[in-house]
Parts: sequence; C-alpha cells; structure tokens
Amino acid sequence: MLQLHKVGISVGEKHIIQDFSFSFEKGKTYAIMGPNGSGKSTLASSIMGLPPYTVQSGSDIKLDRQDILSLDSVQRAKQGIFLSYQSPISLNGVTVSQLLHMALLGKKDPLAIRQEIRLYANELGITDELLRRPLNEGASGGEKKKLEVLQAAVLEPSVAIFDEIDTGVDVDSLKTISEFLKKYQGDKTYIIITHYNHILHYLPPDEVLVLGNGTLKRVGDSRLAREIEEKGYEGVSII
Amino acid sequence: MADNKHSDNLEFDYKFGFSMPQNYHFKAKKGLDRGVVEQISALKQEPAWMLEFRLKAYEIFLKKEMPAWGPDLGGIQFDDMYYYIKPTSDRASSWEELPKEIKETYDRIGVPEAEKSFLAGVSAQYESEVVYESVNRELQKLGVIFCDMDTALKKYPELVKEYFGSLIPAQDNKFAALNSAVWSGGSFIYVPKGVKVTLPLQAYFRINAERFGQFERTLIIADEGSSVHYVEGCTAPIYTSNSLHAAVVELFVKKDATVRYTTVQNWSTNVYNLVTKRAQAEENARMEWIDCNIGSQVTMKYPSVYLRGEGASGEVLSIAFANAGQIQDAGAKMIHFAPRTKSRIVSKSISKKGGRTSYRGLVQVMPGASQSSVYVSCDALILDELSRSDTYPSMRVKENDVEVQHEATVEKLGDEKIAYLMSRGIKRVDAEGLLVNGFIEPVAKEIPLEYSIELNRLIKLEMEGSVG
Repeated sequence: MLQLHKVGISVGEKHIIQDFSFSFEKGKTYAIMGPNGSGKSTLASSIMGLPPYTVQSGSDIKLDRQDILSLDSVQRAKQGIFLSYQSPISLNGVTVSQLLHMALLGKKDPLAIRQEIRLYANELGITDELLRRPLNEGASGGEKKKLEVLQAAVLEPSVAIFDEIDTGVDVDSLKTISEFLKKYQGDKTYIIITHYNHILHYLPPDEVLVLGNGTLKRVGDSRLAREIEEKGYEGVSII
Repeated sequence: MADNKHSDNLEFDYKFGFSMPQNYHFKAKKGLDRGVVEQISALKQEPAWMLEFRLKAYEIFLKKEMPAWGPDLGGIQFDDMYYYIKPTSDRASSWEELPKEIKETYDRIGVPEAEKSFLAGVSAQYESEVVYESVNRELQKLGVIFCDMDTALKKYPELVKEYFGSLIPAQDNKFAALNSAVWSGGSFIYVPKGVKVTLPLQAYFRINAERFGQFERTLIIADEGSSVHYVEGCTAPIYTSNSLHAAVVELFVKKDATVRYTTVQNWSTNVYNLVTKRAQAEENARMEWIDCNIGSQVTMKYPSVYLRGEGASGEVLSIAFANAGQIQDAGAKMIHFAPRTKSRIVSKSISKKGGRTSYRGLVQVMPGASQSSVYVSCDALILDELSRSDTYPSMRVKENDVEVQHEATVEKLGDEKIAYLMSRGIKRVDAEGLLVNGFIEPVAKEIPLEYSIELNRLIKLEMEGSVG
C-alpha cells in the first residue's frame, strides 16, 4: 500500500503539488487524470524520487507503512516502486536485457531473467531484433512503451506507475499492453496517468483521481473518466 | 591496493605497478651516445649493415626536432635514461627456466595462463630482450615464423633486410629514429602463402627498471592469401621518474591477406608511450588495427594503413581512456593510393578527472584512387567538467570519385540517462559503468573475449558495488 499524506512538491521556487493525500491499495488500479500542467507527472516522478523535484517538509510518503521519502530512487526501486516514463530515454549501447540483469544482480537468477524477458517480450510483441538493439534506440512510440512494460514485468514492483503509457501508442498495441498488464497484475498497485479514457476501457480503474492546478480535485469511479471524456475538465468544473 | 574500494566505478587499481629486483645480465650505462649504439650492436653480434643502419639513425635522431604539435614531451630526459638492459643470458622456451622474479612477474600478469587457454604462440619481452618464446608446433610445420626480432635477424637475414625500415624509415620522426638506433626485441612474424593462423599470437611487453627506455621493433609479413591475428599487451611498475616506450611496428599485408593487430596498452602512468605503427596493404588485402589505450602518462600513436593495392581495405578501431594526469593523443592515418580502396576509422575516447583525450587523424586520397570510400567516426565521452577532449581530423581528398563520411560527437555522461537507470534500482556507479561500457561497445566487441575481459577489468566495469 502506498500512502501519500499532505504531500507538497516544488521545483525551485515554484509549487506544483499542494496538500495531496491519498492511499493506493494493493491489487487495485487507479487512474490519475487532469489537464496539462496539473502536476500528474510531477507527482509520479516525486514518488519515484527523481530530480529535479523537491518534496516539501511535512509531506509523508509511505510504502507498506515504511517511509520512503528518505530513500533515493535506487532504494525506492528496490523497495518495489516502478515508474514507466512518459518519454523513455534512449540508452546508447545498453540493451534492456543488460539493464535488467544489472538491476536484478544478486536478486534473481540470470537464467530466470532471460526466460522472463523472452516470455514477456513474446506476449508484448517485442521482436528479438528490438531486444538486441540498445534500449529505445530507433524504437517507435509503441515499442518504447512496450519496453517500459517489459521492465515493469521483470522487475516485479509492488507499485507500478505508468505515466502516459497510452501516448504515441496505436490501438492494437494499447490493447496488447493493457491485456498484458491485467494478466500480470496480481496484487500489484497500478497507477495509470492518462489524458484519455480509451485505455481505461481495457484496464478499468477502481478509482479515478482528478488533479487540477496541483491539488486533488475529485475522486470517483470509472464514470468520472467517462464524464471527463464527454464534457472536458471545464465541464466537470476542474478548471 | 587491491582491496581498496572506490566509490567510483571507473577508477581502477593498477594491479601491475609492482617492481622486481634487478638481477640483470647486462645493463648499459646511463644516457645515449655513439658508443652505446655500437655496444648494443656488438652484444647482439649483428651484421655490419645493421650497425650502419643504427649509427645513421642515431645521427638522424640527434638532428630531428621533437614534434612541434601534440602533448608536451618535456618530461623525457634523454640523458637520464637507460637504453639497453639484457635481463637474462638466454631465452627460455619454458616458463620454469626463467629467473624467479621474471616468472613471477608474468604469472601475476597472467601470461602463462593465457597461453595455455587460447594462444597459438607467445613472446614475452622483459626490458630490452625477449626472455621467453614459444609457438605451436603445428604452426611451425606450416612454415609460420614467430620469433623475436633479434633471432629473425640472425636466422632470416634476407627477409629482414628486405623489409626492415622500408615502411618506417629512421627519418620518419624523432622517436622512429631513436628506435632505429637502439632497437632491441620485438616480434617477427612471417605467415606463408595461404596459411591461416586461427588462434592469436601474443607478445607481452614488460618494463621493470626505473628510467628505462624500451624500444622494441616489430615486423609482420603476411604473404598472399594468409591471415593472422597478433595481440600485444604491456605493463610497467609505477615510479616517480619517467620511462619511455618508443616502438616501431611495420606490417606488410600481401595480396588477399588479412592481418589484425590488437593492442591493449596498459602502461603505468609514468610511461611516455610514443609509438610509430604502419601497415601496407596490397591488392584486396585487409588490415585491421584495434588499439586500446588505457594506461601511460602520454601516448602519441596513430596507426596507419597505406592502401597500395586495388581493393585493399584498412580499419582502425580505437578506445582511449584518460584519467587524472593522462594524455591520450591517439588517432589513425589512412592513405589511399589505389582505386576501390576502403578505410574505416572508429574512435571512442573517454576522459575523466582532468584527463585529456585527442583524436588526431589524417585521411588522404591520392589522385587515381577512384571509387574509394572513407568512413571516419570519432566519439568522445567527457565524464566531468575538469576533463577535456579535442578532435583534429584532417582530410585531403585529391580524387573526385570518392565516397566520404565523417561523423564526430562529443557527449557528457547524461544525468537523465543515469536517473533513468537509477529508477530501475541501479546504483549511480553501476549506471555510469553501464553507460561507459555501452559507449565503447562497438569497438570492445571486436576485441578477443579474453582481452575484453581484461579491458573491462581495466575500466573496472565489474559490477559489484562499492559505495551505494
């Protein structure tokens, strides 16, 4: 369970998130929606512990009742948090397999890692050629997102945050990704950051959170996502 | 030292900085004069033409200026150096025959072990002389010659006389002249027509004495349709004074032959490494230099290929790593004399903690070398604000019908990439290691596995953590 309590986040002098409190439970799927600039990605990056964000004092983030704010992103990853990047980085000369072997060194048997990569890549429709290439180099938008999902599957986090996993992905790939995530969810917490309702058809959320201007404006079920789709954020009085 | 844990994965302990007692058979006096040159030649009982060659070269050395470009070589004290040391009275053909301290040196470097597992022949030079050599019997039966240069001069005088100094004359540069005057040791290889040597032949060069100059001389002749892979490694103790390594390497790659020459240079950081390397490739021949410069204080080295025959191809793949206080001034030279010749240069350099790397390259396409192609790619990775990398590419194309490609990149180890890897649970030092490894990968993959392991160890890409 991931608990955020009175979380405030800033970059330099600028406050981006204020007073955000919410508990994400095991095995459940959450959607975080909100207009551009509402702070969705900032929230995701800060949970992961990535620069350049500063979490203000008085904020509290706990994973399974353990404080994680004092941990760096490496330790947070090891504790079970995963962030699928909105724009995955290309790595010159490093393959996804090298990355995963390094990340799981001493934690998982190399042979098992290899088998899992093969299995998951196959299910996600990632070709061998793409696996052999340096990560994300020359990859299409859809391929990049699939490689993020592949990492999420092999790393087995307890909380996986997908920042716009549906952006730049064609309909078929989106379906593949969603079904894959559903199949391997188990008791993982999924947090889906999205602008569109589309992915939520395949991956129905237990709860929908709507951010506006750095604060949590509304929480509802999947009907809220549909409402936003029909009326826009203005229509549901978020802005 | 060995157990020292660094917080930095690109730091490596120099494991070969130890020195051994000097129980030498013969050590020439300090400094260089005509007498020392004559003494070296006399001790080696050389033919008159070689003594003459040496003395002429000595005169050229005295007249030649130091290079007017590149790194500062002011630390070289020509008068305060030993030019010739004969460590043993005889050459051994089994490791056990060697004096204890010399055998131990090679054991610690791991040469005998490597010989057992993957080499067709080994030569080990200690100071001025090759103290051990051995070559696979099957190769000998096929007529392959692999011996030290001094033995070659005695046993195959005609072959040596025909080629020696013909590609790199003493006039070429000051250090080629110096080498020509006082050369000792080095490898001689002759591969007969059509013979393909599948396992590599290796030479290992070790400097042990302080203020010493090592001047080996290597000559490789690959006859028509043959192929051979030669690998050289080198180390030295760490002293506060400087040592000099000035080799001359000449390679003749005949019609349809292939030669690959791999260097893993790991001198200690008090060695000036100033080496002249040149190959000549005839019709449809292929020459590949794979050059890794990790150690030394200053390296100046630009392996060249003279593409003389139609359809010949030349390649230089290089990795340079400059840490604090080191200057790696490395590059390549490709001269296209004939039609349909191809050259390819791929250079990867890494600088950190104030280290400097330079790529210095020359590609020249002569009139008439039509339908030739040139590819140059040099990438520099700079790890911090203190470090520096420069590129001095030079292209002289005197022929219209030529395809030329040149790419150069300079990058810093990106924070974004490191943050991405860290978010996967990979520690910063390991993330850096992974990225540096990825950067050199296109060249590193060409290095024989056993050496890429050594290389990885050198750049300390062992991934077990230190401080996290």
